[in-house]
Amino acid sequence: MLLEDILAKSTKPIKHSNMFKIESKDVHLHYGTFHALKGINMSIEKNTVTALIGPSGCGKSTFLRLFNRMNDLIDDVKIEGQCLLDGKDIYSKEVKIDDLRKRVGMVFQKPNPFPKTIFENVAYGLRVNSITHKSFIEERVERSLKQAALWDEVKDKLKKSAMALSGGQQQRLCIARALAIEPSVILMDEPASALDPISTAKIEELIYELKSEFTIIIVTHNMQQAGRISDTTAFFYLGELVEIDSTKKIFTNPNDTRTQNYITGRFG
Amino acid sequence: MTLFEISRKRLAENIAFWIFRLLSLGVMGILFSILGFILYKGIDVVNWDFITKMPEDGMTKGGIYPAIVGTLCLITGSMIFAFPIGVMSGIYINEYTKDSWYRRFVQLMTANLAGIPSIVFGLFGMALFVNKLGFGDSILAGSLTLGLLALPVIIRTTEEALKSVDDSYRHASLALGATKLQTIHRVTLPVALPNIITGFILSIGRVSGETAPILFTVAAYFLPKLPSSIHDQVMALPYHLYVISTSGTNIKDSRAMAYGTAVVLILIVLILNLIANAVRRYLGKKYKTN
Repeated sequence: MLLEDILAKSTKPIKHSNMFKIESKDVHLHYGTFHALKGINMSIEKNTVTALIGPSGCGKSTFLRLFNRMNDLIDDVKIEGQCLLDGKDIYSKEVKIDDLRKRVGMVFQKPNPFPKTIFENVAYGLRVNSITHKSFIEERVERSLKQAALWDEVKDKLKKSAMALSGGQQQRLCIARALAIEPSVILMDEPASALDPISTAKIEELIYELKSEFTIIIVTHNMQQAGRISDTTAFFYLGELVEIDSTKKIFTNPNDTRTQNYITGRFG
Repeated sequence: MTLFEISRKRLAENIAFWIFRLLSLGVMGILFSILGFILYKGIDVVNWDFITKMPEDGMTKGGIYPAIVGTLCLITGSMIFAFPIGVMSGIYINEYTKDSWYRRFVQLMTANLAGIPSIVFGLFGMALFVNKLGFGDSILAGSLTLGLLALPVIIRTTEEALKSVDDSYRHASLALGATKLQTIHRVTLPVALPNIITGFILSIGRVSGETAPILFTVAAYFLPKLPSSIHDQVMALPYHLYVISTSGTNIKDSRAMAYGTAVVLILIVLILNLIANAVRRYLGKKYKTN
Protein backbone atom coordinates (compact mmCIF):
# COMPACT_ATOMS: atom_id res chain seq x y z
CA MET A 1 0.00 0.00 0.00
CA LEU A 2 1.34 3.38 -0.96
CA LEU A 3 1.66 6.05 1.64
CA GLU A 4 -0.73 8.27 -0.32
CA ASP A 5 -3.42 5.59 -0.21
CA ILE A 6 -2.96 5.18 3.49
CA LEU A 7 -3.29 8.87 4.05
CA ALA A 8 -6.34 9.23 1.87
CA LYS A 9 -8.16 7.02 4.36
CA SER A 10 -7.38 9.13 7.36
CA THR A 11 -8.50 12.56 6.54
CA LYS A 12 -10.50 13.43 9.60
CA PRO A 13 -9.28 16.86 10.69
CA ILE A 14 -8.82 17.87 14.28
CA LYS A 15 -11.93 19.63 15.54
CA HIS A 16 -11.94 22.14 18.30
CA SER A 17 -14.23 21.91 21.25
CA ASN A 18 -14.00 22.84 24.87
CA MET A 19 -14.61 19.38 26.27
CA PHE A 20 -12.03 16.77 25.44
CA LYS A 21 -12.51 13.11 26.31
CA ILE A 22 -8.98 12.78 27.59
CA GLU A 23 -6.45 15.41 28.47
CA SER A 24 -3.03 15.41 29.98
CA LYS A 25 -1.60 18.60 31.37
CA ASP A 26 2.12 18.91 31.89
CA VAL A 27 2.52 15.30 32.97
CA HIS A 28 5.89 14.21 34.27
CA LEU A 29 6.64 10.63 35.22
CA HIS A 30 9.73 9.30 36.95
CA TYR A 31 10.73 5.66 37.36
CA GLY A 32 13.11 6.06 40.26
CA THR A 33 15.66 8.49 38.86
CA PHE A 34 14.66 7.96 35.22
CA HIS A 35 12.61 10.83 33.82
CA ALA A 36 10.31 8.85 31.50
CA LEU A 37 7.72 11.49 30.56
CA LYS A 38 8.71 15.12 30.34
CA GLY A 39 5.78 17.47 30.52
CA ILE A 40 3.26 15.91 28.18
CA ASN A 41 0.29 18.02 27.07
CA MET A 42 -2.29 16.25 24.97
CA SER A 43 -5.99 16.56 24.28
CA ILE A 44 -7.97 13.75 22.74
CA GLU A 45 -11.45 14.07 21.34
CA LYS A 46 -14.31 11.67 21.80
CA ASN A 47 -14.76 8.88 19.25
CA THR A 48 -11.38 9.30 17.63
CA VAL A 49 -8.43 6.99 17.20
CA THR A 50 -5.14 8.41 18.38
CA ALA A 51 -1.94 6.59 17.47
CA LEU A 52 1.12 6.99 19.68
CA ILE A 53 4.30 6.36 17.74
CA GLY A 54 7.99 6.64 18.47
CA PRO A 55 11.09 4.50 18.96
CA SER A 56 11.26 1.92 21.77
CA GLY A 57 11.68 3.46 25.19
CA CYS A 58 10.30 6.84 24.13
CA GLY A 59 7.55 6.73 26.75
CA LYS A 60 4.51 6.06 24.57
CA SER A 61 3.42 2.91 26.43
CA THR A 62 4.06 4.59 29.76
CA PHE A 63 1.90 7.49 28.63
CA LEU A 64 -0.87 5.09 27.54
CA ARG A 65 -0.83 3.35 30.92
CA LEU A 66 -1.37 6.62 32.72
CA PHE A 67 -5.03 6.60 31.76
CA ASN A 68 -6.02 3.36 33.47
CA ARG A 69 -3.37 3.84 36.13
CA MET A 70 -1.49 0.66 35.30
CA ASN A 71 1.74 2.50 36.10
CA ASP A 72 0.61 2.41 39.72
CA LEU A 73 1.53 -1.28 39.79
CA ILE A 74 5.20 -0.48 39.33
CA ASP A 75 7.22 0.32 42.44
CA ASP A 76 8.90 3.67 42.73
CA VAL A 77 6.86 5.60 40.17
CA LYS A 78 6.23 9.31 40.65
CA ILE A 79 3.61 11.12 38.61
CA GLU A 80 3.12 14.88 38.42
CA GLY A 81 0.68 16.96 36.44
CA GLN A 82 -2.92 16.21 35.57
CA CYS A 83 -4.61 13.42 33.66
CA LEU A 84 -8.24 14.19 32.94
CA LEU A 85 -11.01 11.89 31.82
CA ASP A 86 -14.20 13.78 30.92
CA GLY A 87 -12.67 16.77 32.63
CA LYS A 88 -12.01 15.03 35.94
CA ASP A 89 -8.60 14.27 37.39
CA ILE A 90 -8.22 10.48 37.50
CA TYR A 91 -5.39 10.70 40.02
CA SER A 92 -7.44 12.56 42.60
CA LYS A 93 -8.16 10.84 45.89
CA GLU A 94 -11.91 10.46 45.23
CA VAL A 95 -11.29 8.22 42.23
CA LYS A 96 -11.37 4.50 42.97
CA ILE A 97 -8.96 2.69 40.68
CA ASP A 98 -11.36 -0.16 39.93
CA ASP A 99 -14.09 2.32 38.95
CA LEU A 100 -11.68 4.11 36.64
CA ARG A 101 -10.65 0.83 34.99
CA LYS A 102 -14.27 -0.01 34.30
CA ARG A 103 -14.45 3.16 32.21
CA VAL A 104 -11.05 2.78 30.58
CA GLY A 105 -10.49 -0.66 29.08
CA MET A 106 -7.17 -2.03 27.94
CA VAL A 107 -5.91 -4.47 25.36
CA PHE A 108 -2.37 -5.70 25.85
CA GLN A 109 0.45 -6.44 23.46
CA LYS A 110 0.37 -10.20 23.93
CA PRO A 111 -3.07 -11.82 23.90
CA ASN A 112 -3.69 -12.72 27.54
CA PRO A 113 -7.01 -14.55 27.90
CA PHE A 114 -7.58 -16.20 31.27
CA PRO A 115 -7.29 -19.99 31.45
CA LYS A 116 -11.07 -20.16 31.58
CA THR A 117 -13.79 -20.80 29.04
CA ILE A 118 -14.44 -18.34 26.23
CA PHE A 119 -17.70 -17.36 27.90
CA GLU A 120 -16.11 -16.81 31.30
CA ASN A 121 -13.37 -14.68 29.79
CA VAL A 122 -15.87 -12.20 28.40
CA ALA A 123 -18.07 -12.40 31.50
CA TYR A 124 -15.12 -11.79 33.83
CA GLY A 125 -15.36 -8.00 33.93
CA LEU A 126 -19.08 -8.23 34.67
CA ARG A 127 -18.64 -10.78 37.43
CA VAL A 128 -15.94 -8.84 39.24
CA ASN A 129 -18.20 -5.83 39.10
CA SER A 130 -20.89 -7.75 40.97
CA ILE A 131 -23.22 -8.39 38.05
CA THR A 132 -24.87 -11.76 38.63
CA HIS A 133 -28.00 -11.63 36.46
CA LYS A 134 -27.60 -14.65 34.23
CA SER A 135 -29.48 -13.58 31.11
CA PHE A 136 -27.97 -10.11 31.28
CA ILE A 137 -24.49 -11.61 31.33
CA GLU A 138 -25.36 -13.94 28.45
CA GLU A 139 -26.67 -11.08 26.33
CA ARG A 140 -23.69 -8.92 27.08
CA VAL A 141 -21.22 -11.71 26.27
CA GLU A 142 -22.92 -12.32 22.93
CA ARG A 143 -23.02 -8.63 22.09
CA SER A 144 -19.37 -8.11 22.99
CA LEU A 145 -18.24 -11.08 20.96
CA LYS A 146 -20.24 -9.75 18.00
CA GLN A 147 -18.70 -6.29 18.41
CA ALA A 148 -15.27 -7.91 18.43
CA ALA A 149 -16.18 -9.84 15.25
CA LEU A 150 -15.57 -13.16 16.96
CA TRP A 151 -19.10 -14.43 17.58
CA ASP A 152 -19.47 -16.49 14.41
CA GLU A 153 -16.20 -18.30 15.08
CA VAL A 154 -16.88 -19.19 18.71
CA LYS A 155 -20.65 -19.30 19.20
CA ASP A 156 -20.67 -23.12 19.23
CA LYS A 157 -17.79 -23.48 21.66
CA LEU A 158 -18.39 -20.88 24.34
CA LYS A 159 -17.79 -23.50 27.02
CA LYS A 160 -14.43 -24.48 25.55
CA SER A 161 -11.16 -23.15 26.90
CA ALA A 162 -10.03 -19.82 25.48
CA MET A 163 -6.53 -21.28 25.32
CA ALA A 164 -7.58 -23.40 22.32
CA LEU A 165 -8.15 -20.31 20.14
CA SER A 166 -5.57 -18.98 17.69
CA GLY A 167 -3.48 -15.94 18.62
CA GLY A 168 -5.62 -13.60 16.52
CA GLN A 169 -8.83 -15.00 17.95
CA GLN A 170 -7.42 -14.69 21.46
CA GLN A 171 -6.67 -11.02 20.87
CA ARG A 172 -10.19 -10.40 19.60
CA LEU A 173 -11.45 -12.25 22.66
CA CYS A 174 -9.42 -9.87 24.81
CA ILE A 175 -11.02 -6.97 22.97
CA ALA A 176 -14.48 -8.48 23.56
CA ARG A 177 -13.57 -8.92 27.22
CA ALA A 178 -12.67 -5.24 27.45
CA LEU A 179 -15.86 -4.19 25.62
CA ALA A 180 -18.15 -6.20 27.89
CA ILE A 181 -17.95 -3.74 30.75
CA GLU A 182 -18.81 -0.88 28.37
CA PRO A 183 -15.82 1.38 28.84
CA SER A 184 -15.84 4.71 27.03
CA VAL A 185 -12.11 4.64 26.32
CA ILE A 186 -10.02 1.72 25.08
CA LEU A 187 -6.26 1.72 25.42
CA MET A 188 -4.37 -0.58 23.09
CA ASP A 189 -0.71 -1.36 23.61
CA GLU A 190 0.59 -2.67 20.29
CA PRO A 191 -2.41 -5.00 20.03
CA ALA A 192 -1.36 -6.56 16.74
CA SER A 193 2.39 -6.82 17.13
CA ALA A 194 2.26 -10.51 18.08
CA LEU A 195 -0.15 -11.45 15.28
CA ASP A 196 0.11 -12.59 11.67
CA PRO A 197 -0.87 -10.19 8.84
CA ILE A 198 -4.39 -11.57 8.38
CA SER A 199 -5.19 -11.34 12.10
CA THR A 200 -3.65 -7.89 12.14
CA ALA A 201 -5.94 -6.78 9.31
CA LYS A 202 -8.94 -8.06 11.26
CA ILE A 203 -7.91 -6.17 14.37
CA GLU A 204 -7.38 -2.99 12.38
CA GLU A 205 -10.78 -3.32 10.76
CA LEU A 206 -12.25 -3.82 14.19
CA ILE A 207 -10.60 -0.71 15.58
CA TYR A 208 -12.05 1.27 12.71
CA GLU A 209 -15.53 -0.10 13.54
CA LEU A 210 -15.21 0.54 17.27
CA LYS A 211 -14.43 4.20 16.78
CA SER A 212 -18.11 5.09 16.53
CA GLU A 213 -18.67 4.02 20.12
CA PHE A 214 -15.35 4.34 21.85
CA THR A 215 -12.41 6.67 22.12
CA ILE A 216 -9.31 4.69 21.26
CA ILE A 217 -5.66 5.33 21.97
CA ILE A 218 -3.27 2.88 20.36
CA VAL A 219 0.46 2.46 20.70
CA THR A 220 2.01 1.07 17.56
CA HIS A 221 5.43 0.48 16.05
CA ASN A 222 3.91 0.02 12.66
CA MET A 223 3.80 3.26 10.63
CA GLN A 224 1.40 1.88 8.03
CA GLN A 225 -0.89 0.77 10.80
CA ALA A 226 -0.90 4.22 12.38
CA GLY A 227 -1.65 5.67 8.96
CA ARG A 228 -4.46 3.23 8.24
CA ILE A 229 -6.42 3.43 11.45
CA SER A 230 -5.80 6.69 13.27
CA ASP A 231 -7.26 10.19 13.03
CA THR A 232 -4.54 11.78 15.09
CA THR A 233 -0.93 10.75 15.49
CA ALA A 234 1.38 11.72 18.32
CA PHE A 235 5.12 11.28 17.99
CA PHE A 236 7.09 10.66 21.18
CA TYR A 237 10.84 10.88 21.43
CA LEU A 238 12.99 10.47 24.57
CA GLY A 239 10.07 11.09 26.90
CA GLU A 240 8.83 14.16 25.08
CA LEU A 241 5.79 14.65 22.93
CA VAL A 242 7.50 16.04 19.86
CA GLU A 243 4.46 16.60 17.74
CA ILE A 244 0.76 15.79 17.63
CA ASP A 245 -1.42 16.52 14.65
CA SER A 246 -3.84 14.95 12.23
CA THR A 247 -2.41 11.71 10.92
CA LYS A 248 -2.40 13.14 7.42
CA LYS A 249 -0.34 16.12 8.44
CA ILE A 250 2.14 14.03 10.44
CA PHE A 251 2.73 11.67 7.55
CA THR A 252 2.94 14.27 4.79
CA ASN A 253 4.23 17.45 6.28
CA PRO A 254 5.39 17.19 9.87
CA ASN A 255 6.60 20.34 11.56
CA ASP A 256 9.52 18.80 13.38
CA THR A 257 12.51 17.29 11.61
CA ARG A 258 12.69 14.51 14.23
CA THR A 259 9.19 13.41 13.25
CA GLN A 260 10.18 13.60 9.60
CA ASN A 261 13.27 11.49 10.25
CA TYR A 262 11.35 8.88 12.23
CA ILE A 263 8.49 8.35 9.80
CA THR A 264 10.84 8.17 6.85
CA GLY A 265 12.84 5.54 8.69
CA ARG A 266 16.03 7.47 9.26
CA PHE A 267 16.13 6.35 12.88
CA GLY A 268 14.12 4.27 15.35
CA MET B 1 37.06 -27.31 14.02
CA THR B 2 39.19 -30.34 13.33
CA LEU B 3 37.91 -33.87 13.25
CA PHE B 4 39.83 -34.57 16.43
CA GLU B 5 38.15 -31.72 18.30
CA ILE B 6 34.73 -32.87 17.17
CA SER B 7 35.28 -36.44 18.33
CA ARG B 8 36.62 -35.14 21.63
CA LYS B 9 33.45 -33.08 22.06
CA ARG B 10 31.32 -36.14 21.37
CA LEU B 11 33.30 -38.24 23.83
CA ALA B 12 32.91 -35.65 26.61
CA GLU B 13 29.19 -35.53 25.85
CA ASN B 14 28.91 -39.31 26.11
CA ILE B 15 30.90 -39.56 29.32
CA ALA B 16 28.86 -36.82 30.97
CA PHE B 17 25.63 -38.45 29.86
CA TRP B 18 26.63 -41.82 31.30
CA ILE B 19 27.75 -40.30 34.61
CA PHE B 20 24.39 -38.55 34.97
CA ARG B 21 22.52 -41.67 33.98
CA LEU B 22 24.42 -43.97 36.35
CA LEU B 23 24.05 -41.59 39.28
CA SER B 24 20.32 -41.18 38.81
CA LEU B 25 19.89 -44.92 38.36
CA GLY B 26 21.91 -45.39 41.55
CA VAL B 27 19.55 -43.15 43.49
CA MET B 28 16.54 -44.99 42.11
CA GLY B 29 18.22 -48.26 42.98
CA ILE B 30 18.72 -47.25 46.60
CA LEU B 31 15.12 -46.08 46.87
CA PHE B 32 13.76 -49.30 45.44
CA SER B 33 15.98 -51.49 47.59
CA ILE B 34 14.75 -49.74 50.72
CA LEU B 35 11.13 -50.15 49.64
CA GLY B 36 11.77 -53.73 48.54
CA PHE B 37 13.52 -54.64 51.78
CA ILE B 38 10.73 -53.24 53.95
CA LEU B 39 8.03 -54.85 51.83
CA TYR B 40 9.87 -58.19 51.87
CA LYS B 41 10.24 -58.12 55.66
CA GLY B 42 6.88 -56.67 56.49
CA ILE B 43 4.33 -57.74 53.90
CA ASP B 44 3.71 -61.11 55.62
CA VAL B 45 2.14 -59.55 58.71
CA VAL B 46 0.07 -56.99 56.79
CA ASN B 47 -3.44 -58.38 56.47
CA TRP B 48 -6.94 -57.25 57.31
CA ASP B 49 -6.58 -58.10 60.99
CA PHE B 50 -3.31 -56.20 61.20
CA ILE B 51 -4.88 -52.95 60.09
CA THR B 52 -8.19 -53.35 61.94
CA LYS B 53 -7.26 -54.90 65.30
CA MET B 54 -5.84 -53.54 68.53
CA PRO B 55 -2.30 -54.54 69.52
CA GLU B 56 -2.15 -57.60 71.78
CA ASP B 57 0.37 -59.46 73.97
CA GLY B 58 2.67 -56.55 74.70
CA MET B 59 2.45 -55.36 71.08
CA THR B 60 3.89 -58.57 69.69
CA LYS B 61 0.59 -59.70 68.21
CA GLY B 62 -2.66 -58.25 67.00
CA GLY B 63 -2.84 -55.13 64.85
CA ILE B 64 -1.96 -51.48 64.69
CA TYR B 65 -5.42 -50.06 64.15
CA PRO B 66 -5.20 -47.29 66.80
CA ALA B 67 -1.84 -46.12 65.44
CA ILE B 68 -3.27 -45.86 61.92
CA VAL B 69 -6.24 -43.87 63.18
CA GLY B 70 -3.91 -41.72 65.27
CA THR B 71 -1.65 -40.89 62.36
CA LEU B 72 -4.63 -40.05 60.14
CA CYS B 73 -5.99 -37.79 62.90
CA LEU B 74 -2.64 -36.00 63.17
CA ILE B 75 -2.31 -35.57 59.40
CA THR B 76 -5.82 -34.14 59.20
CA GLY B 77 -5.39 -31.95 62.25
CA SER B 78 -2.05 -30.52 61.22
CA MET B 79 -3.28 -29.80 57.70
CA ILE B 80 -6.45 -28.08 58.92
CA PHE B 81 -4.16 -25.82 60.86
CA ALA B 82 -1.20 -25.42 58.53
CA PHE B 83 -2.68 -25.43 55.02
CA PRO B 84 -4.87 -22.32 55.24
CA ILE B 85 -2.32 -20.37 57.26
CA GLY B 86 0.53 -21.45 55.00
CA VAL B 87 -1.32 -20.62 51.79
CA MET B 88 -2.44 -17.26 53.15
CA SER B 89 1.11 -16.44 54.25
CA GLY B 90 2.40 -17.39 50.82
CA ILE B 91 -0.23 -15.15 49.20
CA TYR B 92 0.73 -12.32 51.52
CA ILE B 93 4.43 -12.61 50.80
CA ASN B 94 4.11 -12.91 47.03
CA GLU B 95 1.09 -10.73 46.28
CA TYR B 96 1.08 -8.07 48.95
CA THR B 97 4.67 -7.32 49.94
CA LYS B 98 6.96 -5.47 47.62
CA ASP B 99 10.39 -6.78 46.80
CA SER B 100 12.09 -5.14 49.75
CA TRP B 101 14.18 -5.94 52.80
CA TYR B 102 10.94 -6.80 54.59
CA ARG B 103 9.99 -9.51 52.11
CA ARG B 104 13.50 -10.94 52.15
CA PHE B 105 13.44 -10.94 55.95
CA VAL B 106 10.16 -12.87 56.05
CA GLN B 107 11.50 -15.32 53.45
CA LEU B 108 14.70 -15.80 55.42
CA MET B 109 12.73 -16.49 58.59
CA THR B 110 10.56 -19.02 56.77
CA ALA B 111 13.65 -20.75 55.44
CA ASN B 112 15.11 -20.82 58.95
CA LEU B 113 11.90 -22.31 60.28
CA ALA B 114 12.28 -25.12 57.75
CA GLY B 115 15.80 -25.78 58.97
CA ILE B 116 14.98 -26.21 62.65
CA PRO B 117 15.42 -29.84 63.80
CA SER B 118 12.11 -31.53 64.45
CA ILE B 119 12.95 -32.38 68.05
CA VAL B 120 13.12 -28.64 68.72
CA PHE B 121 9.58 -28.33 67.39
CA GLY B 122 8.64 -31.14 69.76
CA LEU B 123 10.09 -29.35 72.77
CA PHE B 124 8.54 -26.05 71.70
CA GLY B 125 5.16 -27.76 71.23
CA MET B 126 5.40 -29.30 74.66
CA ALA B 127 6.32 -26.01 76.29
CA LEU B 128 3.68 -23.92 74.51
CA PHE B 129 0.74 -26.14 73.63
CA VAL B 130 0.96 -28.88 76.22
CA ASN B 131 2.02 -26.86 79.25
CA LYS B 132 1.52 -23.14 78.74
CA LEU B 133 -1.79 -23.32 76.90
CA GLY B 134 -2.79 -26.37 78.90
CA PHE B 135 -3.87 -28.61 76.04
CA GLY B 136 -2.05 -31.52 77.66
CA ASP B 137 -0.82 -34.49 75.63
CA SER B 138 -3.51 -34.41 72.98
CA ILE B 139 -4.30 -34.58 69.28
CA LEU B 140 -4.73 -30.80 69.43
CA ALA B 141 -1.22 -30.17 70.79
CA GLY B 142 0.34 -32.74 68.44
CA SER B 143 -1.46 -31.38 65.38
CA LEU B 144 -0.43 -27.83 66.14
CA THR B 145 3.20 -28.90 66.61
CA LEU B 146 3.22 -30.89 63.38
CA GLY B 147 1.45 -28.02 61.65
CA LEU B 148 4.27 -25.67 62.60
CA LEU B 149 6.68 -28.13 61.05
CA ALA B 150 4.67 -28.21 57.82
CA LEU B 151 4.18 -24.45 57.57
CA PRO B 152 7.46 -23.48 55.88
CA VAL B 153 7.00 -26.12 53.18
CA ILE B 154 3.49 -24.90 52.42
CA ILE B 155 4.45 -21.22 52.52
CA ARG B 156 7.44 -21.77 50.25
CA THR B 157 5.58 -23.82 47.63
CA THR B 158 2.62 -21.41 47.64
CA GLU B 159 5.01 -18.53 47.08
CA GLU B 160 6.77 -20.33 44.24
CA ALA B 161 3.46 -21.38 42.71
CA LEU B 162 2.18 -17.80 42.72
CA LYS B 163 5.46 -16.47 41.39
CA SER B 164 5.16 -18.75 38.38
CA VAL B 165 1.77 -17.29 37.44
CA ASP B 166 2.34 -14.92 34.54
CA ASP B 167 1.81 -11.25 35.42
CA SER B 168 -0.21 -10.78 32.25
CA TYR B 169 -3.12 -12.55 33.99
CA ARG B 170 -2.97 -10.20 36.94
CA HIS B 171 -2.76 -7.17 34.67
CA ALA B 172 -5.66 -8.35 32.52
CA SER B 173 -7.80 -8.84 35.61
CA LEU B 174 -6.90 -5.52 37.21
CA ALA B 175 -7.45 -3.70 33.91
CA LEU B 176 -11.03 -5.02 33.92
CA GLY B 177 -11.77 -3.30 37.20
CA ALA B 178 -11.12 -6.27 39.48
CA THR B 179 -9.68 -5.58 42.90
CA LYS B 180 -6.50 -7.26 44.07
CA LEU B 181 -8.44 -9.74 46.18
CA GLN B 182 -10.77 -10.60 43.29
CA THR B 183 -7.74 -11.08 41.06
CA ILE B 184 -6.14 -13.46 43.54
CA HIS B 185 -9.37 -15.34 44.17
CA ARG B 186 -10.53 -15.67 40.56
CA VAL B 187 -7.32 -15.82 38.53
CA THR B 188 -4.02 -16.09 40.35
CA LEU B 189 -4.91 -18.73 42.92
CA PRO B 190 -6.76 -21.10 40.53
CA VAL B 191 -3.81 -20.99 38.12
CA ALA B 192 -1.35 -21.61 40.96
CA LEU B 193 -3.43 -24.26 42.70
CA PRO B 194 -1.95 -27.39 41.07
CA ASN B 195 1.50 -26.33 42.25
CA ILE B 196 0.22 -25.40 45.70
CA ILE B 197 -1.13 -28.95 45.96
CA THR B 198 2.45 -30.12 45.50
CA GLY B 199 3.36 -28.36 48.73
CA PHE B 200 0.39 -30.03 50.36
CA ILE B 201 1.62 -33.45 49.23
CA LEU B 202 5.16 -32.78 50.43
CA SER B 203 4.01 -31.61 53.82
CA ILE B 204 1.70 -34.59 54.33
CA GLY B 205 4.68 -36.82 53.63
CA ARG B 206 6.75 -34.92 56.14
CA VAL B 207 4.08 -34.76 58.84
CA SER B 208 3.06 -38.41 58.68
CA GLY B 209 6.59 -39.67 59.21
CA GLU B 210 7.78 -37.38 61.99
CA THR B 211 8.38 -38.87 65.41
CA ALA B 212 10.15 -36.20 67.41
CA PRO B 213 7.41 -33.53 67.34
CA ILE B 214 4.76 -35.95 68.62
CA LEU B 215 6.98 -37.55 71.23
CA PHE B 216 6.12 -35.06 73.99
CA THR B 217 2.88 -33.68 72.63
CA VAL B 218 0.49 -36.47 71.76
CA ALA B 219 1.92 -39.93 71.16
CA ALA B 220 0.96 -42.74 73.50
CA TYR B 221 3.19 -45.72 74.14
CA PHE B 222 0.27 -48.10 74.28
CA LEU B 223 -3.37 -47.06 74.12
CA PRO B 224 -5.64 -49.78 72.77
CA LYS B 225 -8.64 -47.56 72.13
CA LEU B 226 -9.64 -44.90 69.66
CA PRO B 227 -9.65 -41.20 70.54
CA SER B 228 -13.03 -39.70 71.30
CA SER B 229 -12.04 -36.04 71.05
CA ILE B 230 -9.15 -33.80 70.08
CA HIS B 231 -8.11 -33.71 73.71
CA ASP B 232 -7.24 -37.39 73.75
CA GLN B 233 -3.84 -38.94 73.27
CA VAL B 234 -3.34 -41.31 70.38
CA MET B 235 -0.86 -43.85 69.18
CA ALA B 236 0.86 -42.92 65.91
CA LEU B 237 2.63 -45.08 63.33
CA PRO B 238 6.13 -43.60 63.43
CA TYR B 239 6.19 -43.54 67.22
CA HIS B 240 4.76 -47.04 67.41
CA LEU B 241 7.49 -48.18 65.08
CA TYR B 242 10.08 -46.56 67.31
CA VAL B 243 8.58 -48.07 70.45
CA ILE B 244 8.36 -51.65 69.27
CA SER B 245 11.84 -51.47 67.78
CA THR B 246 13.58 -50.01 70.82
CA SER B 247 11.62 -50.25 74.01
CA GLY B 248 8.85 -52.77 73.56
CA THR B 249 8.26 -55.62 75.94
CA ASN B 250 9.73 -58.10 73.53
CA ILE B 251 11.66 -56.46 70.76
CA LYS B 252 12.61 -59.69 69.02
CA ASP B 253 9.05 -60.95 68.77
CA SER B 254 7.67 -57.65 67.60
CA ARG B 255 10.26 -57.27 64.80
CA ALA B 256 7.83 -58.43 62.11
CA MET B 257 5.19 -56.07 63.49
CA ALA B 258 7.67 -53.23 63.15
CA TYR B 259 8.26 -53.93 59.46
CA GLY B 260 4.52 -54.30 58.97
CA THR B 261 3.99 -50.90 60.57
CA ALA B 262 6.58 -49.40 58.23
CA VAL B 263 4.78 -50.91 55.24
CA VAL B 264 1.47 -49.42 56.38
CA LEU B 265 3.05 -46.00 56.95
CA ILE B 266 4.57 -46.03 53.47
CA LEU B 267 1.28 -47.16 51.95
CA ILE B 268 -0.65 -44.37 53.68
CA VAL B 269 1.75 -41.74 52.38
CA LEU B 270 1.65 -43.34 48.94
CA ILE B 271 -2.15 -43.38 48.82
CA LEU B 272 -2.44 -39.78 50.01
CA ASN B 273 0.11 -38.76 47.38
CA LEU B 274 -1.84 -40.53 44.66
CA ILE B 275 -5.07 -38.82 45.71
CA ALA B 276 -3.42 -35.41 45.85
CA ASN B 277 -1.79 -36.03 42.49
CA ALA B 278 -5.14 -36.90 40.94
CA VAL B 279 -6.57 -33.64 42.29
CA ARG B 280 -3.55 -31.79 40.96
CA ARG B 281 -3.95 -33.26 37.49
CA TYR B 282 -7.66 -32.50 37.45
CA LEU B 283 -7.05 -28.87 38.41
CA GLY B 284 -4.14 -28.60 36.00
CA LYS B 285 -6.44 -29.64 33.18
CA LYS B 286 -9.18 -27.30 34.27
CA TYR B 287 -6.88 -24.27 34.39
CA LYS B 288 -4.59 -25.21 31.54
CA THR B 289 -2.49 -22.17 30.65
CA ASN B 290 -1.24 -23.08 27.21
